[in-house]
Formats: sequence, C-alpha cells, structure tokens
Amino acid sequence: MCLGIPGKVVRWLEREGAFAQAEVEFDGVRRIVHMACVTEAELGDYVVVHAGIAISRIDPIEAERIFETLAEWGEDEGWGAGPASDPEASP
Amino acid sequence: MKYLDEYRDPRAAQLLLDEIRRISSRCWTLMEVCGGQTHSLLRHGIAAELEGTVELIHGPGCPVCVTDQEAIDFACQLAQRDEIMLTSFGDMLRVPGSRGSLLDAKTVGAYVRIVYSPLDAVELARKHPDMQVVFFAVGFETTAPATALAVKQAGRDQLENFSMIVSHVRVQPAMEALVQAPDNRVQAFLAAGHVCTVMGYESYESFIEQYQLPVVVAGFEPLDLLEGILACVMQLETNEARLENRYARTVRSAGNQTAQDLVQEIYQICNRAWRGFGEISEGGLELRPEWQQFDARSRFTEPVLPVLGVDECRSFEVMSGHLKPPDCPHFGKRCTPELPLGAPMVSSEGACAAYFRYHGAMSRR
Amino acid sequence: MQNKGEIESAAWQLNCPVSLPANADCVTLAHGEGGRLSRKLVQERILRVLKNEYLVALNDAAQLPAMVGPVALTTDSFVVSPLFFPGGDIGSLAVYGTVNDLAVSGAKPFWLTLSLIIEEGLPLVILDRILESIAQAAEETNVKIVAGDTKVVPRGAADGLFINSAGIGQLITPIPSGPATLQENDELIVSGPIGRHGIAVLAVREELGLEPVPLSDCGSLIRPVERLREELGDQIRCLRDATRGGVAAVLHEWAEACELTLSIHERSIPISPDVRGACELLGLDPLHVANEGTMVVAVKQGAADAALKVLHSLSETADACLIGSVTPRGIAPVTVRRTLGCEQPLDDPLGSPLPRIC
Repeated sequence: MCLGIPGKVVRWLEREGAFAQAEVEFDGVRRIVHMACVTEAELGDYVVVHAGIAISRIDPIEAERIFETLAEWGEDEGWGAGPASDPEASP
Repeated sequence: MKYLDEYRDPRAAQLLLDEIRRISSRCWTLMEVCGGQTHSLLRHGIAAELEGTVELIHGPGCPVCVTDQEAIDFACQLAQRDEIMLTSFGDMLRVPGSRGSLLDAKTVGAYVRIVYSPLDAVELARKHPDMQVVFFAVGFETTAPATALAVKQAGRDQLENFSMIVSHVRVQPAMEALVQAPDNRVQAFLAAGHVCTVMGYESYESFIEQYQLPVVVAGFEPLDLLEGILACVMQLETNEARLENRYARTVRSAGNQTAQDLVQEIYQICNRAWRGFGEISEGGLELRPEWQQFDARSRFTEPVLPVLGVDECRSFEVMSGHLKPPDCPHFGKRCTPELPLGAPMVSSEGACAAYFRYHGAMSRR
Repeated sequence: MQNKGEIESAAWQLNCPVSLPANADCVTLAHGEGGRLSRKLVQERILRVLKNEYLVALNDAAQLPAMVGPVALTTDSFVVSPLFFPGGDIGSLAVYGTVNDLAVSGAKPFWLTLSLIIEEGLPLVILDRILESIAQAAEETNVKIVAGDTKVVPRGAADGLFINSAGIGQLITPIPSGPATLQENDELIVSGPIGRHGIAVLAVREELGLEPVPLSDCGSLIRPVERLREELGDQIRCLRDATRGGVAAVLHEWAEACELTLSIHERSIPISPDVRGACELLGLDPLHVANEGTMVVAVKQGAADAALKVLHSLSETADACLIGSVTPRGIAPVTVRRTLGCEQPLDDPLGSPLPRIC
C-alpha cells in the first residue's frame, strides 16, 4: 500500500500550520505538496510524498547506513542504478 | 532519482541476496504486510530469487483489496446520481463490488474522476460549486492524514458540496487477526514502511511480546526489502523476536506526531468489515461526530441494496498465506485482470495481479 | 444529466491556447446540414486553410494522378481529450498519426482525407486553430489533404471534435519484411524517450498540477524512417510507432507474430526526467504509456549500430537506444530485465494506465 516517492523541497509557498504547502521536485517535474506534517523540512531536503502530502523528511545520514554496511563487507564503490538523470543520484 | 536509484543497485542487491542465502539454514516464511512491497518484490524478481530460501506471503496491506463490497456498491450508487461527481484514486476504479466497478458505473453515465490526492478532490468541489463532489476515501494509516487534511480544508472553506465515503482500515488489527488464526504460517513480519512512517512502531512492542514473532520495518525499494528480509532471517536463525527499524531514513519510532494528531482530530477508531476477512474489531477509521457533515453516508440517503451473490474470490486465503495466487483454482482462468473475481486480481498491488503481471507465465506453466 | 454534460463537454477548453469571449461564435447543428452555413463553414474556414488543387474542386471524390507500383492505404480516428495538450493538439496528431502509420509500413505518404465530427457548441476559433495546426503538419510532412467531410452532432454526442483520417502512400521497396519474419538475435531499438504523449495528456486531462508540464512527442517519423531505410535497406525487419499501449503493446504484437520472445533491458530504455518523475509519482510503468512520435525498430543481428548511427544524426531521434533483442520463446512472449537483472514477463497493457496511490 501507500506509494510514497521521495522529492526535493524547492520552494515554500506557505510555511506554517495545517495548510502549509511547498513545491516539491520529482526528477524532471514539480508539484505542489501539502506540508502540514513535515513543516520542519528545509529547502533542498527530501520528503516522502504520498497522495499529495508529505509524510516524512528523509534523514540523509540514515540513508547512507546500508551503503556503509556494504562497505564493511568490502564493497565501497559508488552505488546507483541508471538511468541516473539526477546528478546527485549516486552518493 | 535520489533515494530511488541507489536503492535499486543490482550489485548491492546481489550482495544482500548472497548474504541471505548464506545465513539461511532452512526456508523461512515471511509476510510482507504491504501490497506496495508485494509489488516491488515481484517486479524486481526478488521473490523468485529467494525461492527455496525465503517464502514470501503477500499480506493484506492492499487497501483497495480489503475494501468491503458494500462500500464499492454504495460509491457506484452515489456516482449514478446526477448532481454527484465521484472521485477516487485510480486503483479503486477497476475493483468490482457486487454490482460492478466504478469504471462500469462510468460506462453507463456516472461522473467518475480520478484524483492523485484527496486535496485535489476538495479543489474540484471549489471549482464546481454546482456539483456534489464525493471522495471515496480508502487506504491504511498512511493515507488517512491526506484525507483528514481534505476534510479539514473543506471545513475551513465551509464547502457544502464536499463529502467522503470513509473506508479507511488499520493494519495492526489485521495482523493480529492473521496470527491468531489457528493455522498461522507466518514466522516473521516485514512491517509496512509508510504506515510506520505515520504511526511509528512502538505499538508493535506488545504485539511482539504477545506473539513472539520478529517484526522488521522495511521500505519499498529492492535494497530496503532485501535488508528487511536479511534482518528477519538473522533474528529467526538466532531464535530472536524483536523489533528492528530498517527504514530509518524515513521512519521514526514515534512516527509522525503531526500526522497522527490530524488523524485523531478528524477520525475515530471503529469496527470495519474487511473484504475476505469479515468484520475486524477496531479495524477501521470513521469520521468523528463533529465532522459528520462531510460524511457522504449521512448526506445522501440511498435505498440500501443487498450485496449480490457470494464473493467467490478466495482473497482471505491468499492474503493469509494459505493459498498462493497461482494455486487458486480461478487464477488465470475465471479470474483475470480483464474479468476479476475479486480485488487482489485487479488492484495494481493486489497479490494476484502482481503474480499475473510479473510472475504470470512462470507460474501458469 | 445536463450538469454532467456541460462539465464533460467543457473538457475541450482545458489547455486551450485561444482566449474565448463569452459570446464566441460556435458551430451549430445548421453548420452540418448541407445548406448555406455548411458551405460557408467549408469555404471560409476549412478551404481557406487547407486549400490545394485537389481539394478546391469540392467534388464528391478527389481525382488523383496514377501512382507507380503498389499503394499503401491506412485509416485512423482521433478522439483525444483534451483537444489541446502540451506539445500538440488533435489536428497535428491526426496528421502525424496517419503519416506515421504509412511511413512505418514502408510507404511514402502522399494524400490524406479528413473527416471532422464536430460537437455543436465548439467555438469556431477553436476549430480554426485546429485547422491551422492540420495545415502546418501537412506542410511539414509534405502531404496534401485531398478530400474531407464535416458533420455536426448534438451536444453530448461527441467530445468537442473527433477526426477520422485516411492516408495513401506509395510503397517503397524493399518493404520491411514484417514482425512474422523476426529471428533470434534480431535487435530492438526505440527511437527516443518513451511515454511522453501519454503523460502529457494524462497530466492536463486529470489536472495533475505537474510543472513544467510534460510535452508530448507528437511528431512525424517520416524522416527517420526514410533515412533508416536508405541506409539499412533489407536489414530492417519491422518498424512500428508505439502509440496506445506504449512500447509494451508493440512488443506483444510482434512476439505474437513471430512466436519468439522479445527481451528488453529496463536500464537501456530512454526516459526523460519529467516522464520518469511523473511515472514514479503516479505509479505507472512508462513501457505501457502511449507515444505519438516514437517508434520501435527491429533490425537484423549486427545492424543495430548502423541504425543507431542514422537515428542519432537526426534531431528527432537523437536519443534512440538499443533496448533488447529477440530470443527463443522463453518464460513469456515479452520479457524485461528489471534493474536487478532477472528476467520478468512484461504484461500486455490492459486499458489505459490509471494512476495509483497504493
């Protein structure tokens, strides 16, 4: 259930309260997303968006953890499956 | 795309697959609760790769699959009324009630519109003051904040032409119903990552204590799922049963408090009939009395039509892991995505549709 | 039902580039009844824009010069809603769609017919705009509209405007041998980023609020097909524009014809960032999403490099990619290696893709 896609906050329209809104970028498109539940996100942060509302701010440190584990196993090359249209796609 | 592509890396996935195979001393039976995870496991071929190492039972976390036929029938009935624009998520349109689907209703003249977000349905109500816009609100705890926000917004703007058919369901009571069944086969759960994003995972502690089964919060991309499966297998191999969060970039232990408050403000817990399961105690959410004016069921009175016939779909057996979709006597024969007997064959994340789509030819051989 | 009728028929206003005054002149039933208004509509609006030596005679049938050798004939109907979408409109779509069908069948397009079925109430300025777009696309693709018809139907009986067209072209040898002749190790190419038309139309029709609005690939394939055939000749097995049902539908048709498996690699499939983002957001598989100026090409083993060289030299197919090959019949008629590398059956699309949240 619950398709949730990570997108980057690129512009705040309304920062506070139950009707907070921001413009969020998903690769090559942007959409207005309701931000009531993630008002702490800063510009450039990634949020998980489900059915038009953001439900979580992605923690970039936690996001690296699996790759650190893999590095401990002796594999530490860059990860990222193509087509990498976002230059930031490979950490 | 950042946070998607790197979690689909084939070499990293291979390392995790190898590790799962290496530490497994026997074939373990896991349930991924969420239909979105089912979709991803089959789409990326993970279920097939792990055959013989881990058996994955595709759980009940497909909200449109467990939406009661009566609710779909009611939505179709409302959609036929001249003044009503019936809106819902695209997933819901092909799911058959006992008298056809919303798409069938559209064919005979009903005004049915797909929306991406419940907030878009509120926007439609604003744009079309001469129409009654009804949103068919299905979904688990993940979706409830979005529909709650829609109600709140309609309330703020005093929209008198917006209402909802609320069919929200709660995932944990369903998990309990599954493990309490006398012939439960599930040895560990992958908990639904986005439900936990909203609800947190603290409430699973008592579940684990009671049933002594590992619960691992997992995400949706191949590496997320493999990491979650690996964590389950590690616990099972060492005879442990505890909670692990393997989707920590998104999920915090207490979940999203603002989202929970929003849901609390608009909804209250209720008993709900689940398709295939029957009534589940505390299995759903309904509007609080103070928001009743947005309840389509109280706004529009319709003659109550009985649900027609017997639901031949064996969805409960599929969702509880007692029947693999391809072993169902109807699978691919009387029941196909073109002519589905039940929701799991039509919903994009239904276990049967996922099998038909990604696994179909292999299992039909 | 009046309410619903009004709202549905207003769908043609979506994305309409023309600003409409409240009292704009509209097409009425009388415009279709054969009298003075009909003649006025044809003379002042249609002929003014689409005029050529064959059409101007206004005969019941166009009289065309003889052609050398066999002829290709195709027909298609266009019912796209909304009438205007980012990157095109129903008019240019009708022309490109018809000439593309001729081109990929191995013909050089010459003549088109155009039958307009207009819903009463369509503002005349919108009709003008679409006719201009038809004229422009016809000029670009060097085809002539040689016959036509206009009917007006009552409100609710059409969705603004439907267009039916037929196209005649001259078959040029060697004609591609067709999907039944596909053989193991033949190579599969897609001529550009996929799914753009379907996403563009979905985004405006369902008012999904995507910015920038994804653009349709609606366009002519004549030039790339011509160049490919000049360079590769009988190395080409078959070509097909991947319209409804997307690339997946073409591959399924071909697999059925040759009884082999068509196997593609997800990672090789070109996708533009906007379509990628939209498909992830809406839970759609771009392989199932429609195109209107992008084709699948199958060539004999070893000919892919030459084909790609030709395609890459043209602006409209600069992003062409090798996406897979023909293999012995395996687990399914069409398979896709998803990012993790294991081979999965690719579904034959069922109906138009619906966005999902779950």
